[in-house]
Amino acid sequence: MNHSATKEHHKLLSEHFGITAIPGQFTVALAGNPNVGKSTVFNALTGLHQHTGNWPGKTVDNAQGSFTYLDRSFLMVDLPGTYSILAHTIEEQVARDFICFGKPDVTLVVLDATCLERNLNLALQVMEITPKIIVCVNLMDEAEKKNIKIDLSALQKDLGVPVVATAARSGMGLDTLRQKLHEMSIGLCTPTPRQISYSSEVENAIQQLLPNVSRLIGSNLNPRWVTLRLLDGDQAFIKSISQYLNLDLHSTRLQEVAV
Amino acid sequence: MNTAITTIPLSTLGIGSACQIVSLNLQGLLRRRILDLGMVPGTPVQCIRKSPAGDPVAYMVRDTLIALRSEDASQIYVNPM
Repeated sequence: MNHSATKEHHKLLSEHFGITAIPGQFTVALAGNPNVGKSTVFNALTGLHQHTGNWPGKTVDNAQGSFTYLDRSFLMVDLPGTYSILAHTIEEQVARDFICFGKPDVTLVVLDATCLERNLNLALQVMEITPKIIVCVNLMDEAEKKNIKIDLSALQKDLGVPVVATAARSGMGLDTLRQKLHEMSIGLCTPTPRQISYSSEVENAIQQLLPNVSRLIGSNLNPRWVTLRLLDGDQAFIKSISQYLNLDLHSTRLQEVAV
Repeated sequence: MNTAITTIPLSTLGIGSACQIVSLNLQGLLRRRILDLGMVPGTPVQCIRKSPAGDPVAYMVRDTLIALRSEDASQIYVNPM
């Protein structure tokens, strides 16, 4: 990222998300279902270097912390725990807007090893937005107690993104996690997440809309994902687009595309 | 929508009985919410208990207990197992 782009990014972070990153610092978004040990991972990585507050204009807690690994500084943003980021609640909206418009260098999705199936919903949703994602399978100690065995390499292969097993409470796997976060932040690893294919009806509609959507939003967002939200008829998301990308003129056209 | 003779609304399921979800006759945000909680077609569901007034009812879905209003559960169609 060149200098002016970095400056622009920092301005966006502080204006819309109340986050102050220092120059050269990588941002990591931390997402996950409620009660998966997200905050334990956050605390284990950042220690006492934390700052808590609220998201601007919302009564939702916002915790930020930093840590240093191999001489690079990382700013971690603990997002609210959600089952989904398709924005029915204010928490989901905060999480979605940050992953989508906050442009974190990595989004770390924490999953509960004892109920992977339900947790993977969120991981798949994030994978539709950004390829810069690391999946952290937490609570491995709990899973072991319940005799649940997880084939991590198969999971990594199926998802197409790095998967790290942790038991944050005891510190297991955190070193690998730091290493993976570093690798992805400096661009050493660019995953190709598995994309969901929808029914042929939906896929046809996507193909029809995609060229127009790409033209309107440029490279700011993943056009396929925006198209899916438009097909969903998600009005709140169209509002967010114009708010964050200053696409006011285009928002009406986006709505036309949606109809 | 699949409405074969054996298909019943989830709200009519008795305590202790199990079923499999066939379809959701819900729209918009509630539909999305139910899907996000893992209640998709094919998912096994067991009726666990009813509140004293009979509404809401607690269902076991993918190892998680979820309470639904009868109003919403009546729009979820299932095959008893």
